[in-house]
Amino acid sequence: MTAPSGAEPAARALTGAELAGAPSGAGPVIAPSGRPGLARRLLRHPLAVGALLYLAAVVVLAIFAPVFAPYGPQEADLTRVLATPTADHWLGTDSLGRDIASRLMFGARPALTGVLVTVLVAAVIAIPIGLSAALSGGADRIVSPLVDLLMSIPAIVVLLMVLATFDQELLAAMAALGVLTAPGLVRVVRAAALTVAGEPYVAAARVYGFGRLAIALRHVLPRITGPVLVNLSLVAATALLTETGLNFLGLGVHLPEASWGGMVADASAAMNQQNWMLVPTGAVVAGTVIALVLLGDGVRDAAAEGWARPAARARPPRAAAAGPERDRRPDNAAPADDPPILLRVDGLAVAVPGPGGRPAPVIDDVSFDLRAGETLGIVGESGCGKTMTGRAVLGLLPDGTHVTGGSIRIDGADATAMGRRERAGLRGSTIAFVSQEPMAALDPLFTVGGHIAEAVRVHTGAGRAPARRRAVELLGQVRLPDPERVAKMYPHQLSGGMAQRVAIALALAGGPRLLIADEPTTALDVTVQAEILRLLRTLQRETGMAILLISHDWGAVGELCERTLVMYAGQVVESGPTATIVTAPRHPYSEGLLAANPQLGTPGVPLHVMPGGVPAPGEWPPGCHFAARCPYMTDECTAHPIAVAGTDDHRSRCLRAQPAHVIEAKP
Amino acid sequence: MKRILMRRLLLSVPLLFVVSVVVFVLQSLIPGDAASQLAGLQATQEDVLRLRRQLDLDEPIWAQYLHWLNGVFHGSLGTSLTNKEPVTTALGTRLPVTLSLVLGATVLATVLGVVLGVASSRAGSLAGRLVDLLSVGGLAIPGFWLGLLLISLLSVRLGLLPATGYVKFADSPDGWARSLLLPVTALALGGVTAIAKQTREAMLDVLGRPHIDNLRANGVPERRVVFKHALRGAAIPICTMSSILLVGALGGSVVIEQVFGLPGLGGLAVSATGSKDIPVIQGVAVYFTLLVVAANLLTDIAYALIDPRVRAS
Repeated sequence: MTAPSGAEPAARALTGAELAGAPSGAGPVIAPSGRPGLARRLLRHPLAVGALLYLAAVVVLAIFAPVFAPYGPQEADLTRVLATPTADHWLGTDSLGRDIASRLMFGARPALTGVLVTVLVAAVIAIPIGLSAALSGGADRIVSPLVDLLMSIPAIVVLLMVLATFDQELLAAMAALGVLTAPGLVRVVRAAALTVAGEPYVAAARVYGFGRLAIALRHVLPRITGPVLVNLSLVAATALLTETGLNFLGLGVHLPEASWGGMVADASAAMNQQNWMLVPTGAVVAGTVIALVLLGDGVRDAAAEGWARPAARARPPRAAAAGPERDRRPDNAAPADDPPILLRVDGLAVAVPGPGGRPAPVIDDVSFDLRAGETLGIVGESGCGKTMTGRAVLGLLPDGTHVTGGSIRIDGADATAMGRRERAGLRGSTIAFVSQEPMAALDPLFTVGGHIAEAVRVHTGAGRAPARRRAVELLGQVRLPDPERVAKMYPHQLSGGMAQRVAIALALAGGPRLLIADEPTTALDVTVQAEILRLLRTLQRETGMAILLISHDWGAVGELCERTLVMYAGQVVESGPTATIVTAPRHPYSEGLLAANPQLGTPGVPLHVMPGGVPAPGEWPPGCHFAARCPYMTDECTAHPIAVAGTDDHRSRCLRAQPAHVIEAKP
Repeated sequence: MKRILMRRLLLSVPLLFVVSVVVFVLQSLIPGDAASQLAGLQATQEDVLRLRRQLDLDEPIWAQYLHWLNGVFHGSLGTSLTNKEPVTTALGTRLPVTLSLVLGATVLATVLGVVLGVASSRAGSLAGRLVDLLSVGGLAIPGFWLGLLLISLLSVRLGLLPATGYVKFADSPDGWARSLLLPVTALALGGVTAIAKQTREAMLDVLGRPHIDNLRANGVPERRVVFKHALRGAAIPICTMSSILLVGALGGSVVIEQVFGLPGLGGLAVSATGSKDIPVIQGVAVYFTLLVVAANLLTDIAYALIDPRVRAS
């Protein structure tokens, strides 16, 4: 809050650490070598440059105050007291007719020396101690508890006594403030150094036999410069506020010597007659603190640039109209007398902000139907757009990602045309979702029962007690033994398999007609995987809901899904009944995927591995996306986009699978 | 839970010990002593010596400390050297002032900060820049200066609120609130922005986690996602910041009390330091330390209430 307190700078330093991302490990705020130095990067930040210029001006004016100041600091003119700005006194005069501008210049001297002393003392104590605590467990066992202890000392009492002891010697108090600030800074240094010390190259340096001192000085210290400088700038800011506060109380420099805090006190004494004086005195303190903080922010940003270039962010243009007219039969169209169509995705295209701000497509022309009660799998390697397709259906695309074409019809209604609220109303009640990481998918602060009961209440409007009972029922429905007990547990007390059952129960709370399961078994043990798949199949039969299973695992898809889509680089490359695709794939990518599947392999025969990788969004070739990895590639494959073709039941996006007369190039 | 509280309480014993020793050692360095101060300028060397003996100031410092410690175990913090008043009485009358000020500022800063922080976390990057800007301003403007500005505008010019002085709650709850409004505001300002920034960052962090995504995907309305799940998830760093502010406000209160003429512990500490009234200084140090201990304890309890994993460990 306000100065002066020693505990507070420590607190500020702590916040600063969080700003710098040091203790949270949010990312190394550190400059690897080989890029322009910190100082040069800093100069690219206009705010930081402005702050530096301001501070430099303050320092120069303070040092050369006798030269620059138009009047002496004590030069009183009793005929012109409390004057507002004039040509002679361009910041006015105080109650003794002394020139405010001149006194501000002289007052900067104790302010700046005080700040310098505090910062130096804090740095000299904290950096070596923090480094040794980070690099030596033995030192850490002493340092960390001691830091906790010292940070709780009420600094103001100590400062007052230091001032009494040294007869109002301000620098002694500022040195004491440095000592009192040091524990907070030790924490920052230790936390920042710990993240660096955990990195492989420091371990390598150890293996090469570098001593701890050498490691600390050569490898760790340079990389923690960023966070340490940021925090020193905050220490400086708080030191200045403390110095001003002490002088305001009249405990600092001896009167009538000029000090900023003393001038605020003068202003307060004259407040009943005139309050102009508050303006320049307050402004110079606030300005200097702001400059110190902005400089710190600039250092932080400049240091951060050392490890990451700022991602280009731009809004992609709004969705263009869907592509030209053509055969818009869904890729997995099924005979017409089946149950009603629950979900129809037609020509869906989705783009993410790519490098340079240009939208890069991640999904291109995806079409499929899902009928009530049907089970459909989406298979493909990572980065093929499976998850993005699921999220587009949910209406929960990541920030900056947009549907750029096509439509998603849920229960006959165009979801892409719905408002946010209407779209949100579908979630949980019509479409529910089960994610890959069951543990991370549950709020750690709520009990299992609380979680599910909340969803029940949201979807059914039930009261507290009925919702609770329903939650326990749902836990029983996902075959959790002793659902009453599980309802009282917290997520951290669950195993992975239990957590996934809970997540499924949560998804069932609103009685959904479609469950999107995104790799629901990937994070689980193999035995648990099979149980969860069996559970999903049982639930599907019991409730009659449709399931869209996103997976890279043929086993899971084979277990659960009647029909399957194979996706590659944003496109559906094959669709059809799962059994047909597994036994007779038409697209070389499906073939490759199946051949690479260990579950389908023959013992003794080496598994086939597809060469290469999925092209990144924005780097898709104009022709077949798979051409570069395809063993059957011909010149025609790369010439133009390949259309989907085949029977209603089984279709693929490959020239090879299509008799010549069926080939219809996309316009 | 009990273990956490026990641990915190056990840690506070060495803390109190360290603080009182530090204060004792530091005060022994202060040139002159209370005896020469009390005896006045005209006093002879003998007067001073006699007074020194009366006040036990001729004993070695460790003996003085043991005396004091013995008193503490018997519920006494000694008597003021300057006016013979028991220290606990002197502190007792002033504690409510400082407590009202410090707690008021912490609560105000936390409430306003959380509101601002949540709002800005929902409002996109522009609001974020604004909170960043405000937090620089909040840090930069000295509280006592803001206090003077408030007095000058609201009290002197508009006559809305009393400029200085303190009204006891028992005498007039209304007057008490009016006498505290400006000082609490002045003390809280920096805290509001610190809490807002912390809240915003914590909210953005939690809102980006998979469980929030999962709640949204399963139809939990945005209002509940933000206020029930995300805000509770963000509560721990907010509590940390709040307790840090409370400790910081103890220091800030010394100056703010001076500005607004409030008879709190800070003013007592300043005057006791001036007159070398050791028992009073020691008493203020003990009270401040106890407040820090209490703040830490409350924070621990809050952590445990918020996060079941803390309770379990």
